[in-house]
Amino acid sequence: MAHLSYLGVLLFVVVGSGWLEVVLRTRVYRRWKRLLLSLAPVVVLFVAWDLYAIARGHWTFDADRTTGVLFPGDVPLEELAFFVVVPVAAILTFEAVRSVKGWAAGDEVGRGASR
Amino acid sequence: MTYTELGLLAVAGTVVLDVWVLRTRLLRRRLFWVSYAIVVFFQLVTNGLLTGFRIVRYDAAAVIGDTQPVFLGTGRVAYAPVEDLLFGFALVTQALAWWVFWGRRGVQRTPVAGPPRRWLSGGALGGPSRTGGPTPGATGDDQTA
Repeated sequence: MAHLSYLGVLLFVVVGSGWLEVVLRTRVYRRWKRLLLSLAPVVVLFVAWDLYAIARGHWTFDADRTTGVLFPGDVPLEELAFFVVVPVAAILTFEAVRSVKGWAAGDEVGRGASR
Repeated sequence: MTYTELGLLAVAGTVVLDVWVLRTRLLRRRLFWVSYAIVVFFQLVTNGLLTGFRIVRYDAAAVIGDTQPVFLGTGRVAYAPVEDLLFGFALVTQALAWWVFWGRRGVQRTPVAGPPRRWLSGGALGGPSRTGGPTPGATGDDQTA
């Protein structure tokens, strides 16, 4: 089970943020095209950073606490998932706060100058 | 470059992206900072797990702080190197900036978020205060985008 440690942390993030879609009606997963467009540039940039950091030995991963599934450049499966799961959780949080507080983000229909 | 240098560069690049490239200017919005405060709390928890259990380990030469994961130490916060806060800020802020950027471009601006489900909005959370805004969940603009 130890090799599922990193995946377990990611699962915690998915579950810990996913309920917002249902209860606070964030409608983030539902707007999946906008979500994918937003994730793409971030995933590209941060995977590039990850590749550099792994190549330079800035960080390493415990083989006993990861699945061992590696992509080219020795990027663990969990790292790729991290760069999707964490931004999605952040966007869910952002839309959850908007749902509850009604504050403007600047993308409103017929947007004014409200902050 | 070290992780420290890359982290500082990423934060600067993120500010440039938000203010001048995408012109989303999230950094000037209350909605962003309140959301980020929530995100950073959970970052400290999850990152604490990843570093505290040594799932991810850092090279002493790449960070300014301790190599041993301690809860609070030189260059360490909740077991993680302080550089992770720079990394996390860049990752989260860039994702949000792109999200708002595409919304401003009319890509799935709707259905908008909220309102919270009734049994919540009538309770301790309080209702959202919308004045003259679109009907929550309204559709109609640019559904083809």
